[in-house]
Parts: sequence; structure tokens; C-alpha cells
Amino acid sequence: MPHPWLKERPLTPCLRGGFSTVNQTGSWRVIRPVLDISKCRDCSMCWLYCPEGVIDRENNYSIDYDYCKGCGVCAVECPVDAIEMVKEE
Amino acid sequence: MSLKIRDLPNEELVAPGNSGCPGCGATMGARMAMKVLGSRTIMVNGTGCMTVNYGVLAAARFPYLHMLFETTGAVLSGLDAGLRSLGKREGVTLLGWAGDGGTADIGFQSLSGAVERGHKFVYICYDNESYMNTGGQRSGVTPYGASTTTCPAGKRSIGESRPMQRRKDMVEIMAAHGIPYAATASLAFPMDYMAKVKRAAEVDGPSYVHLLSPCPPGWGSNDELTVEVSRLAVETGMWILYEVVDGERKFNKRLKTLRPITDYLKTQKRFRHLLDQPEEIEKIQSFVTKRAERLGLLG
Ligand SMILES: Cc1ncc(C[n+]2csc(CCOP(=O)(O)OP(=O)(O)O)c2C)c(N)n1
Ligand code: SF4
Ligand code: SF4
Ligand code: SF4
Repeated sequence: MPHPWLKERPLTPCLRGGFSTVNQTGSWRVIRPVLDISKCRDCSMCWLYCPEGVIDRENNYSIDYDYCKGCGVCAVECPVDAIEMVKEE
Repeated sequence: MSLKIRDLPNEELVAPGNSGCPGCGATMGARMAMKVLGSRTIMVNGTGCMTVNYGVLAAARFPYLHMLFETTGAVLSGLDAGLRSLGKREGVTLLGWAGDGGTADIGFQSLSGAVERGHKFVYICYDNESYMNTGGQRSGVTPYGASTTTCPAGKRSIGESRPMQRRKDMVEIMAAHGIPYAATASLAFPMDYMAKVKRAAEVDGPSYVHLLSPCPPGWGSNDELTVEVSRLAVETGMWILYEVVDGERKFNKRLKTLRPITDYLKTQKRFRHLLDQPEEIEKIQSFVTKRAERLGLLG
């Protein structure tokens, strides 16, 4: 007889890939990256460096604020300072 | 190697919402590796921060296995042998992904065994120079002078006291196994890093890439400076970019001059106590300069 508990839960926890989207990490942010698209030279560095992968380079480098943690790497690495970090209200 | 940023896939194989700290170098490095390896990759992750980041909430949208701390190499071996016997090995990349504790210390024997048996896989060690997931204990690769929770700096302690020359040199240890490809990498040279990962995946047999992965809370560096700290590590000669291809060493970044190591050390609180100890700075600087000269890194 398997333990009754095992009927409901697999022995090895296994989740569908992408389940993490339940965790809206944007709430962690204390500073917000704001892009001035008129300065942007479309070099993709911010897109490549964003650890969270929340910059959409196919869509004018728009940032998904639901998940952006506000680390600021994109702003530091942008070669033309097109991204500014501003305090969250 | 002509890998271009334009040609990298836009598709994100890692979902947002992972629980890594803001500015985590390991999270950044894993995403870049997956950009070149693609979705037909199985990631075997020995316990560490990345298990929490990718595993616990299943951020990975590709086959991902969280394995016991010490078993990354063993699981890679089993997958390689198993997929071969099922006739399903073709077109699948096996990626070992583990921290420096999981690689240089506790997972060392299983990695060494897997490499010695000649299994085919790419192994990337993300090196944050401590056991970060459990609060930052020193590892076999923690640099001299770094303050960690198990070797805190204080009146009678310099922090990590093992001399620079005895820091476990994982790339050399792996190269000594006679594997076809081993390399170091830096997040500040992302195209170089990704080209190395690509090359590592293409060779026949085991391959090893060692990525310096700044950890803002563990190193006491600013979140936004993860890439800048990586860059300073290379420009000061604290981190050397090179690869060993079939036993031949090739240095990827020659430097005109070395920046003073304090430019790197002062970005991180773990080294802060060294800054007012000139004799210690001199000790590290002299090691770094001599090493760069010996390797012919300058000029
Ligand atoms: C056998 C065993 N011992 C201890 C632990 C507790 N543990 C979990 S993660 C971790 C630290 C991992 O360090 P590292 O491999 O450097 O990766 P990082 O946390 O830095 O990402 C430890 C000690 C464990 N999971 N298994
Ligand atoms: S602040 Fe950090 S998480 Fe947010 S978009 Fe920039 S790099 Fe990504
Ligand atoms: S790094 Fe700056 S210039 Fe480059 S794509 Fe991003 S915003 Fe534009
Ligand atoms: S502790 Fe360091 S390695 Fe771990 S998730 Fe945070 S930044 Fe990344």
C-alpha cells in the first residue's frame, strides 16, 4: 500500500516550466528603469544583460515592470545612458 | 568566433519570477548560456542558489533537474549513458550547472569521475567564490583576504587566509584530465563567454567553463555593478580570460597595463578591511602582477 499522501503528491515534486510567473518580482523594486527611446541606439546590451529577461527588444525595449527587480544593470551598461533609474513612489 | 548579438534568439527559455537576488551574476550567466544552447538542453543543477532561482518555482522552460549537491557529475553521466542506450542522445545538450562549492569541493569527485569516463556534457561552474545559498561560507576557491561567514575578517583575521597560489584552480584541474575544452569566462565579455559555451557544446567529450559570477549580497557589491565588477576583475588581472583547447592555452584578453587591484577590491565589502592594510594589498598585487607577467598577458 503506498502512503496515502503519495496518491495526491508525486514523490518528486515536478512543476510545469514557467510556473515562476506567479511570483511578481516587480514588487521588490525600489528603483525603476525608465528608457528614453529617443536616445536608444538599438545595441541590445540591456536586453542581453537583464538577468530576468524582462526587456523586450522586439518591442522598443519595453520593460515588463511586473517582474523587473530594479537591479539597475541595464542602466549602468547602456552605452548611451538611455536608461535612467528613478525612485519608485 | 562570429557569434553576434543580433543572431541570438529572442525567445526566453527562462520565465520571469525567479527568486534570485536583483543583479545576480549566476542568474544572468545561466540565461546567456541558454541563449546559445537552446531548448533541447537538459540542465542538471547541483544544489545551490540556482536551485532556488530556477528550480523551486520552475522558472526553467526547458528540462531542468535539481540534483543533490554532490551529484551533478554523476547525474550527467547517467543521462549521457541512458540517452545513448535509448538511442535518444542525438541533438540533446547536457548541461551541468553548479556553484563553486558544488564544483570545487563537494561535487568534485563526481565531476572528476564523469570527466575521466569521457561522458559528453558541458559543465559550467558559476563561481561566486562562496557557498552563497546557505549564507556565504568559504569554499576551496574563495580568494585570499575575502571576509566570509566562516572566515570573517577581524582584529586577528584577514578573512580567508589560504594564500593566493593555493586557491583551487578548477580550469587547470579540469584541463589536467585531458579534456578537449576548458575555459574561464566573464559576464563583462558576454560574446566571448557565449562563444565559449557554444564551443564547449560542440566538442566531442566533456567540456568545462568557469564563469566568475558576482553576488551582490555575498560580495557586498552594488546590484547594478555586477557587470562592472566582472570587468574590473579582468582589467586588474584578478580574473584571467583564457581557454585550453586540446591542451593548448590561449589567452583571450591581452592588457596594455593592469589596473591596480584596489579598483576591484573597493567595489566589494568583503574586501573592505584590506584597504587600510597596505602590506596585504601589496601581497595580492605582487601575486597578480607576477602571474600576469609569467603568463605573458601584458603588452
Ligand atoms: C550534502 C549537502 N550538504 C549541505 C547542503 C546544504 N547546502 C545547500 S546549497 C549549499 C551551498 C551551495 O554552494 P555553492 O555550490 O557554492 O552554490 P551557491 O549557493 O553559491 O550558488 C549548501 C551548503 C546540501 N544541500 N547537501
Ligand atoms: S533593472 Fe534589472 S531587472 Fe529591471 S530591466 Fe533593468 S536589468 Fe532587468
Ligand atoms: S543598452 Fe541602451 S542603447 Fe542599447 S538597446 Fe538598451 S537602451 Fe538602447
Ligand atoms: S545570494 Fe548571490 S548567487 Fe545567490 S541568488 Fe543572490 S546574488 Fe545570486
